[in-house]
Amino acid sequence: MQVDTLELSQKFNLYGCIQCGKCAGGCPVSIKTSLDVRFLIYEALTGCLPDPTHMEELWDCTCCFTCVERCPKDVKPAEFIIGLRSLLVENGNIPRTVTDALQGIFRQGNPLGLAREQRAAWAEGLDIKAAQEGVDWLYFVGCTPAYDQRIQPIPRALARVFQAAGLNFGTLGIEETCCGNEVRRVGEQGLFEMLVEEGKPLFESTHARQMVTTSPHCFNTFKKEYGLSGIEVSHYTQVMAKLLDEGKVKFGGRVEKKVTYHDPCFLGKQNHIFDEPRAILQAIPGVKFVEMDRIRERSLCCEGGGGRMWVEGTNIEERLAFQRVQEAVETGAQVLAVACPFCLLTLEDAVKVKGLEDKLRVMDIMELVNMAL
Amino acid sequence: MTSQPRIGVYICHCGFNIAGTVDVDQVTEYASKLPGVAVARHYTYMCSEPGQTLIKQDCEEQKLKQVVVASCSPRMHEPTFRKAAQEGGVNPGRVEMANIREQCSWVHKDSHDATEKAKALVASAVAKAAYLEALEEREVGVTPGVVIIGGGVSGLVAALDVADAGYPAYIVEKSDHLGGHVADLNRTFPELEPVADWLPFVIERAQSHPNITVYFNAHVIKVDGYVGNFQVQVAGCRMQDAALLPLASCVLRVGAMIVATGYDVFDPRRKPEFGYGRYPQVMTTLEMERKLAQGDLTVNGKAPKDIVFIKCVGSRDVQLGNPYCSRVCCMVSAKQARLLKEQLPDSRVTVFYIDVRTFGKRGEEFYDEARNAGVLYRRGNAAEIYRKGDRVAVRVEDTFLRRTLEHEADLVVLAVGMEAREDVTDIAELLKLPRSADGFFLEAHPKLRPVDTAVDGVFLAGCCQGPKDITDTITQAKAAASSSLIPLIRGTVPVESATAVSDPELCAACGMCVEVCPFGAPSIDPVWNVSVVNAVLCKGCGTCAAMCPSKAIRLQHYTPEQILAQVDALVW
Repeated sequence: MQVDTLELSQKFNLYGCIQCGKCAGGCPVSIKTSLDVRFLIYEALTGCLPDPTHMEELWDCTCCFTCVERCPKDVKPAEFIIGLRSLLVENGNIPRTVTDALQGIFRQGNPLGLAREQRAAWAEGLDIKAAQEGVDWLYFVGCTPAYDQRIQPIPRALARVFQAAGLNFGTLGIEETCCGNEVRRVGEQGLFEMLVEEGKPLFESTHARQMVTTSPHCFNTFKKEYGLSGIEVSHYTQVMAKLLDEGKVKFGGRVEKKVTYHDPCFLGKQNHIFDEPRAILQAIPGVKFVEMDRIRERSLCCEGGGGRMWVEGTNIEERLAFQRVQEAVETGAQVLAVACPFCLLTLEDAVKVKGLEDKLRVMDIMELVNMAL
Repeated sequence: MTSQPRIGVYICHCGFNIAGTVDVDQVTEYASKLPGVAVARHYTYMCSEPGQTLIKQDCEEQKLKQVVVASCSPRMHEPTFRKAAQEGGVNPGRVEMANIREQCSWVHKDSHDATEKAKALVASAVAKAAYLEALEEREVGVTPGVVIIGGGVSGLVAALDVADAGYPAYIVEKSDHLGGHVADLNRTFPELEPVADWLPFVIERAQSHPNITVYFNAHVIKVDGYVGNFQVQVAGCRMQDAALLPLASCVLRVGAMIVATGYDVFDPRRKPEFGYGRYPQVMTTLEMERKLAQGDLTVNGKAPKDIVFIKCVGSRDVQLGNPYCSRVCCMVSAKQARLLKEQLPDSRVTVFYIDVRTFGKRGEEFYDEARNAGVLYRRGNAAEIYRKGDRVAVRVEDTFLRRTLEHEADLVVLAVGMEAREDVTDIAELLKLPRSADGFFLEAHPKLRPVDTAVDGVFLAGCCQGPKDITDTITQAKAAASSSLIPLIRGTVPVESATAVSDPELCAACGMCVEVCPFGAPSIDPVWNVSVVNAVLCKGCGTCAAMCPSKAIRLQHYTPEQILAQVDALVW
């Protein structure tokens, strides 16, 4: 496959790069994969980029955007990786599992490929308003929360809290379709643009001025990439923290647990939301909150983003999630709290593989909130 | 010995520097028992305010007659302690120092040995102190005016500051024009301002300034005198109605001098691997400046498609004898690379580097701008150039790719460094100016005295002291002007008080003192036929006193009695 490295260098302003190595140095997967984004940039600049067709390591990137956060010359290395991925997508050289997920999104509006008509099944019995009728708050549920049984309790808990708090909210029901955050990140720019084209008018038709999401991934793309005007996008932790502050959430019970919190990359590193999730956890009666070492901007990526839910990666022996749950155990915490469905699934998986079920439970913040309501 | 010495001895800890090795308590105890010592004390920092006050108060209250300070080298604080003693009523000539730091605690590791040596040094100083005499402080008047050697940017700026302050400035320029190397430049970083926008005005102002006299095609023949009163003999031409008129040599009488002779450009023929002089496509950054100024960017009649910059040519090179970095070339390369890329947008411009040192205000941003304009920086020190068809190939290892390449080019620009000028040996000798290892003139102290030289009244400005850019050159020129104005504004300069004195009763007028003195201080009085030492010219070096066969000349503060007392104290 021929790559126009000059065009790439200009498009991604690779000339800004001084090869300082801050990107590769901070890249969470750089210790377990041959992916070296600094070197890829240099190869592109000097016209020596090898044919990326068989660069398996390109799919290891989790799009945590640590490199983008830290580049002293504002080069955005992860965008360059996404750019390379999009060349592979055009050529059809992408992992089979990614193709499957993309097809699922295209056909059924979700990467699991499950029927569109089942998208609202999680809300059964909750009597949630249809946002299309006109609401103040548009609650965007997301694919994984809607379809994955492990995750469904979270939107249920959120809906109950919103109702109790008297929020005028609604969901799009079965008209809701994938936000496309991961779609763009695996390089399928065309499908992403289509999702935006269809999603924007749909959101605007609800006349909602506020939008809240379950997943930080949806939150991230709606806030930064959709160009929504007149709609303020929040992640549920921001809304929950505010409701708690306003006294609109009443706790009846207690959760007598030692809890630690894992900052998701798409919430923390990329959007600097660190305090609200902690505020919620510390407001739950009975919770003893402890911090791990690698928190906030230095949180260790769980390897769930950037399409990694659909790609194992080039090194399945070492998973950062293993390290992460071990770190949680070492704080003495009984619960590892998360605010992202992908983090929850990957970290829970790690707990199982490592046989730590009797030491650590991975739970979403809303699951803990729910226990105390 | 003066009647009944009353010596105060002060042992300094210098924090940990002395007290860390020398047992200052012991030395003080020992000193207090030495003959003639009235009081002995120790303190953490004798040179500090409280330290000086201690000496001053003791001088007054204890009615001391002599002071010994055992501390650092007299080159550091002798004036400080002389002043403290003087304020306490003790003549500064009656202050002696024992160097128990540079010559003791800093060079010996064994605490016991260092302490014993410190005691010996103190005993020796105390023995001398008993014989110290009062010294007379002298000041001489200053001839207003500054001679500035060199009419480049540094010389011009220095001259303008001196002249604007109201004093005469004389520029001695070797060539037939002013402006030096800057006159050959096109645009300067980081603002890319054309030199033509400001240099001609500076030159014009200097030439028309009532206080500035410029000598062209000129050189310094002889320098006599000392700070405050130099006599500089110059041969050259004066400008009159746009013509240069030769002058017979004249003597300029001034109070200070500034050396602003600039630099030489490294000749890349000394790096034959680059083929400079063989290939028309290979040129220096200075030659590229001319091309940019003239607007002719063709090479061999065509616009170059592949342009390469090679940095560190003639710098950072131990074998060449230029181990230093020439400081400006990274900015020059970024500047020219960016200008070329902007003016020839279809070309590929690559800069091969070992490091990128675009320091200073707006320097990093300038480097960003060059790269963002599309200049490619590749890491690797280009090794050689040879012909490839009708182009040249640059052989270089890209150390990031760990791959050696033959990078073909139509134009190669060598970022040549600065060197100390070859033709300044005469000035260096005339002024007795030392050089640093890199050949540039040596400043008195790299941090504290960056424009002074070892010779009082002679200052340095610009690249003659070391490679630097125009900003730093002008800054230094202004500093040199300011320093040169100090004696001029004061109107007087202090002269050494510990000078040689000749006893006419003992002098046989053999003339040896006149022969050996480097400063021309002694002369044989034609009427009395004895040696007379000019106290103002005398620097107190002691050569004449050592030579005098009849011991007619004695050096004050280093008399035979004093020195022998020191020796006795050490030996016994």
